[in-house]
Amino acid sequence: MHHIKTSRWSSLAAEPEFRALVRSRRRFVTPATFFFIAYYLALPITVGFWPAVMSRPVAGPLTLAYCFALSQFAMAWILLAVYLRRSRKYDLQAARIRKHETRELYDAQS
Amino acid sequence: MRTQETLVMFAIFVGITLIVTYWASGQSTTRRGFYAANRRIGGLQNGWAIAGEYISAASFLGITGLIAFYGFDGFMYSVGWLVAYLTVLFLVAEPLRNTGKYTLADLVSFRLRGRGVRATAALSTLAITLFFLIAQLVGVSALVNLLLPRLGSIAAIVVVGVLMLIYVLFGGMLATTWVQIITAALLLAAAVGLSLLVVAHYHFSLGNLLGAASTVPGGSHATNLLQPGLLFHGAPGAWNLVSLGLALVLGTAGLPHILMRFFTVSSAQAARTSVAWAMVLIGVFYLSTSFIGLGAATIVGKDRIGPRMYAGQAIAYIAHHPEQQDRLNDQLAQYAYIVPQSDSNLAAPLLGAALGGSLLTAFVAAVAFATILAVVAGLTITASSTFAHDIWFSLVRNGSGDESEHLFVARAAAFAVGVVAIVLSISLRDFNIAFLVGLAFAVAASANVPIILLALSWRRFSRSGAMAGMLSGLVASLALIAASPVFLGSRAIFPLENPGIVSIPIGFIGAILGTLLWRDRESEQMFDQLQVRANTGLGAEV
Repeated sequence: MHHIKTSRWSSLAAEPEFRALVRSRRRFVTPATFFFIAYYLALPITVGFWPAVMSRPVAGPLTLAYCFALSQFAMAWILLAVYLRRSRKYDLQAARIRKHETRELYDAQS
Repeated sequence: MRTQETLVMFAIFVGITLIVTYWASGQSTTRRGFYAANRRIGGLQNGWAIAGEYISAASFLGITGLIAFYGFDGFMYSVGWLVAYLTVLFLVAEPLRNTGKYTLADLVSFRLRGRGVRATAALSTLAITLFFLIAQLVGVSALVNLLLPRLGSIAAIVVVGVLMLIYVLFGGMLATTWVQIITAALLLAAAVGLSLLVVAHYHFSLGNLLGAASTVPGGSHATNLLQPGLLFHGAPGAWNLVSLGLALVLGTAGLPHILMRFFTVSSAQAARTSVAWAMVLIGVFYLSTSFIGLGAATIVGKDRIGPRMYAGQAIAYIAHHPEQQDRLNDQLAQYAYIVPQSDSNLAAPLLGAALGGSLLTAFVAAVAFATILAVVAGLTITASSTFAHDIWFSLVRNGSGDESEHLFVARAAAFAVGVVAIVLSISLRDFNIAFLVGLAFAVAASANVPIILLALSWRRFSRSGAMAGMLSGLVASLALIAASPVFLGSRAIFPLENPGIVSIPIGFIGAILGTLLWRDRESEQMFDQLQVRANTGLGAEV
């Protein structure tokens, strides 16, 4: 990698293409993070405060609590799959910025 | 327990890993090779290595045992380990790979230049790794007493400690990685294999298994293991779990030995792929704890899970304990052995004995020992790189020094850390130090995670903020655990066993206050560069 000057980083950070990348990442990552932490903490809270409701069998002998715990695995894997899908777009955006920047450096040197 | 079979299987594992170490030793001749395996580990391989580094013997034997005894309440422990990787995936893995070189302190001090920040980050890394290392090595002693009672626990700690040092000193990160990959493969094979045997025992009907688990005989009435409330009760139990869960879910993203794995791959994409594979493997493993635990409860039975005594030994024990005579005589007549005291940690090995005979038990026991080796090797190389790269190279030598000096310091540090950990573990082996793992997660969540997140996202975040955040998170975790029931029992000042729910906010508040009080223009200017690098991979270490 060639050396990039400090001032250049700041102008890169201000470019619309880069702002769009940061924005689209944040638009997914921030709500997704709050969602999974809340979903996860809901398990001990519901079980601790409403044990009678959570002890109700819902699928054969399987209780609501056990189903909720199992659903956490599904939740984690689904969010993983969604993120992997979206990150293909982030990768393309990042690759465009990298390519652009490398060409600019090359032009500046020649 | 079958001592000989276990030892033979463990010896085969050790033999294979030593061959791997010999092969890896040729590639650990530079810093990049020693700390980061030349960044040539593939995403899939790294995913397996993360699983091997992360899943401990405590999960394999401890959580399966808790499920066997307490059903659903034990299974609640399993959930957080997978969910925690969403934090790593969304917030940490890719930016870390894009901006760091070898250690966690690299990311933090990338924009927060200065000796104080790096020193504090190194201190918190060393504290976390040492807590973990001692917990694991003391665990060896407990494991030997449990599985191979004829061996001495001091000898076992020394053997595990010496093997860990051999992997790290000669094979560096490459050997450590492959030890972890092999261990993860064995662990997954054992967990999935036991689960399949349980399902096969119930004629491949989940309904039969769940039916049996909801009416487990014992005592005066049947127990329903699918119901909550067998271990934790009401609000105090809930808050304890919330606090522990928060420390687990955030703390994993601040564990230095997990984060270091992301420097071994070639790019941020590979870092992401490795988290994805790790999440598949970790999820499958923790799901299988449910099958193993419920299987052990229904097939072996709670009153038969524990160290067993046969023939003469059993008769002598009964003679000395007349108060248990009736129960034990019944057991002796029925099974030809007695279980004077139940021990949930034996659920998985004894399930192996019931379903696959003594060879399977020996395999399960050998895998448990291998798991510890994989974890301690990763911890040792993390402590070594922090000491050599952050403290020696960056702080003492101000960035000078050649490759051979650097490698010498790294190996000397690994050796010193290993020896200190072995000596401390031997002297602490009779204490219950299970709280150390929870403490390590709490420190990681309270001292490291706020700093990582704020450094990556808050332009104004300053050096004083980083130091204030790390120190307040660290001190709060230590102080709260010292005031908790873990140390003070019923006289506890702080009611929860894990400090996370209080210490994590303290870490964030410390970091924010430190930033608002002292402005730091230099760090603000570096924010653009960090943000571009973290998001695009421009200028990432190769």
